[in-house]
Amino acid sequence: MYKLTDVTKDYPKGRATVHALRGVDLEIADGEWLAIQGPTGHGKSTLLQILGGLDRPTSGSVMFDGRDMAKLRETQMTKMRATSVGFIFQTFNLIPTLSAQENVETALVPLGVSDRSRRARAAEALASLGLGDRLRHLPGELSGGQQQRVAIARALVKEPKVLLADEPTGNLDEDTRDEIIGLLEKLWQEKGLSMVIVTHDSTIARRAERLGTMKNGKLTVRQTV
Amino acid sequence: MFFTYLWRELRRRMRQAIFIAVGLALGIGLVITVTAASAGVKNAQASVLHSLYGVDTDITVTKAPTAGTNGSGFGFGFRQAIGTGTAPKAGSKIDNNTLSAGGTLAALSSADVTGIAKMQNVAAAAGALTLTDRTITGTVPALNFNNTGGGFRNGGGGSSGSGNPSSFGANFGFNTFSVNGVDIANGELGPLSTGKISSGRTFTTADSSSDVAVVDSSYATQYKLKVGGTIAVGNSKNTATNFKIVGIVSEPAGANPADVYIPLGVAQTLANLKNDVNTIYVSATNSQNIDSLASSISRAVPGSTVTDESTVASEVTGSISSAASLANNLGKWLAIAVLVAAFLLASLLTISAVSRRIREFGTLKALGWKSRRIVGQVMGESIAIGIIGGAVGVGLGILGAKLVGKFAEPLTATLGTTTGSATPGGSQFFGGSGGGFTGGGGVPGGGTTGSGNPFRGAFSAARDAAPTVTTHLNAPVTISAVVAAVVLAILGGLIAGSFGGWRAARLRPAAALSKVA
Repeated sequence: MYKLTDVTKDYPKGRATVHALRGVDLEIADGEWLAIQGPTGHGKSTLLQILGGLDRPTSGSVMFDGRDMAKLRETQMTKMRATSVGFIFQTFNLIPTLSAQENVETALVPLGVSDRSRRARAAEALASLGLGDRLRHLPGELSGGQQQRVAIARALVKEPKVLLADEPTGNLDEDTRDEIIGLLEKLWQEKGLSMVIVTHDSTIARRAERLGTMKNGKLTVRQTV
Repeated sequence: MFFTYLWRELRRRMRQAIFIAVGLALGIGLVITVTAASAGVKNAQASVLHSLYGVDTDITVTKAPTAGTNGSGFGFGFRQAIGTGTAPKAGSKIDNNTLSAGGTLAALSSADVTGIAKMQNVAAAAGALTLTDRTITGTVPALNFNNTGGGFRNGGGGSSGSGNPSSFGANFGFNTFSVNGVDIANGELGPLSTGKISSGRTFTTADSSSDVAVVDSSYATQYKLKVGGTIAVGNSKNTATNFKIVGIVSEPAGANPADVYIPLGVAQTLANLKNDVNTIYVSATNSQNIDSLASSISRAVPGSTVTDESTVASEVTGSISSAASLANNLGKWLAIAVLVAAFLLASLLTISAVSRRIREFGTLKALGWKSRRIVGQVMGESIAIGIIGGAVGVGLGILGAKLVGKFAEPLTATLGTTTGSATPGGSQFFGGSGGGFTGGGGVPGGGTTGSGNPFRGAFSAARDAAPTVTTHLNAPVTISAVVAAVVLAILGGLIAGSFGGWRAARLRPAAALSKVA
């Protein structure tokens, strides 16, 4: 699915330049689960953003399903994000004014799904995650775990090829963390999608098929099993 | 999703949305109120100008007399005798009824009327002859005329001297009224055009050489004149002709109407002013051509005073011109200032709101929302606020306009108080002769002092006051003003939304997300 070759990413920071990624090479197969660990500020999130088409590398190539994302036009990149990539964020990033169902629907808006179908699919996705009775609740009316489940429903409702999660349990207590990790693992197995999770949590990291470690912008990957 | 999201977002930012909407509403309300007040002043000006100037008349042509030449030559029939020191016989009977062109307007030729009528861009031209009928009846008393400096000798000198002019005057009955010769063939123009026939009829072409008259309603009321009755009009030979009254006409306030209207040809014959007029009323084919037409007429009739509505408007003084100035200057700029401030405020607050929603927009971009859709969402919110502000602003504007209409002082318009120009219907009585007995004549203006009628000042003092019209200010809110206000409000929303949208479009999703990660 992914093939990254000698990917670098530099950011200007004041007069200095931050080298967030320094020649990253990585391959991720279809249906594979990769966890990435590493100290804060060593390039984990940057790598995830490049994988998700939220950012472009300074150099190198990022092949996704045979296409070099670094060379895609902005509209093509936006379309790829809309169709193929699901995101989960540490802070859930739900729209506070929209209900749980409407938040899930936002992922279907760019796909041009009709209103009725959008509502039905969002309700179904939430029901499958045990939130069938919380459709009309606003994010503020939900617990952290429930909010993250809404975010997961939003990421998966469009049936993406890859799920990218940035510290998905970072804002959750231990019980909820286990619940969310169990849920992600189950979905990964059921849906056969690729999953890349950036985490500080070793419990999660150990459950992934492969574990990558980012340090000073360099990535090393090893099998966990 | 668009409207749901928009509505929820507005509800979340209710206080800010209200703040922006109120700002826009104040601006829009002020624009509507000022526009309405300005339109009201304009309407008031138009109605004043119409009453002062004449419906359908675009240009008037008059001629100021050359100094020392004007004067009616009217008197007792023994003017020369006074000059030479020969006293009139005590007990002589005086009964003079003279029709003459006394005043400040010099003669124009009827040929000027036909010449102007043939000019390019002229729809119609009509001549009019403003005359004064004066009647003196009485018996000459025994007076001592040997003293120098007597009242008779000095036209403008007042009543100094040892003569006894007041006792002299007391022996005579004086009557004067203004007569206007009307060009019946072009009746839609000219002095009768502003009037409304309240009784009887107006002139027809069959009347052009008949002794028929239309009398002003005020004059008719004062002298108990009715349709079917008669009025005596003098002539150049000091005798009178009875005219049959065929109609009573009411002229609008401030029109300074003549007392009696008679056919132009008849007036010319009576006053022995064949082929003379002293005002030409011109209607242009197109209002755009008035300026150039006025210049052409000036060239075609040398020495003439060509007046168009803008000239008259510039001579209007009084509270109406202050109101116009207030509406056009202070009001306009205040409205623009408030509107610009409201737009600026709305833009800044929208940018600030977008900045607070960076994570939200970053998330939507990560979900595959195009920048265009996000910009549209931001602009939609701003336009919705603009529409709300516009709707409230229209309400405020209508309220403001109503308050202006309710509480505004009545507007007064005074025409040509100081210029004494030969404006038709306005200051034709200005100047004139010095009032011998009263000593009050000699109003500065286009007229002359000197040999005119010494009684003139006394008789027409009331009419010498410049015509003043009082009108109530209505501030009409027009559909076009409301539409313009709503467009302005939406424009305000668009401007604010554009800034906010521009800020949102520039967000890189990764940067937006990393700022909160």
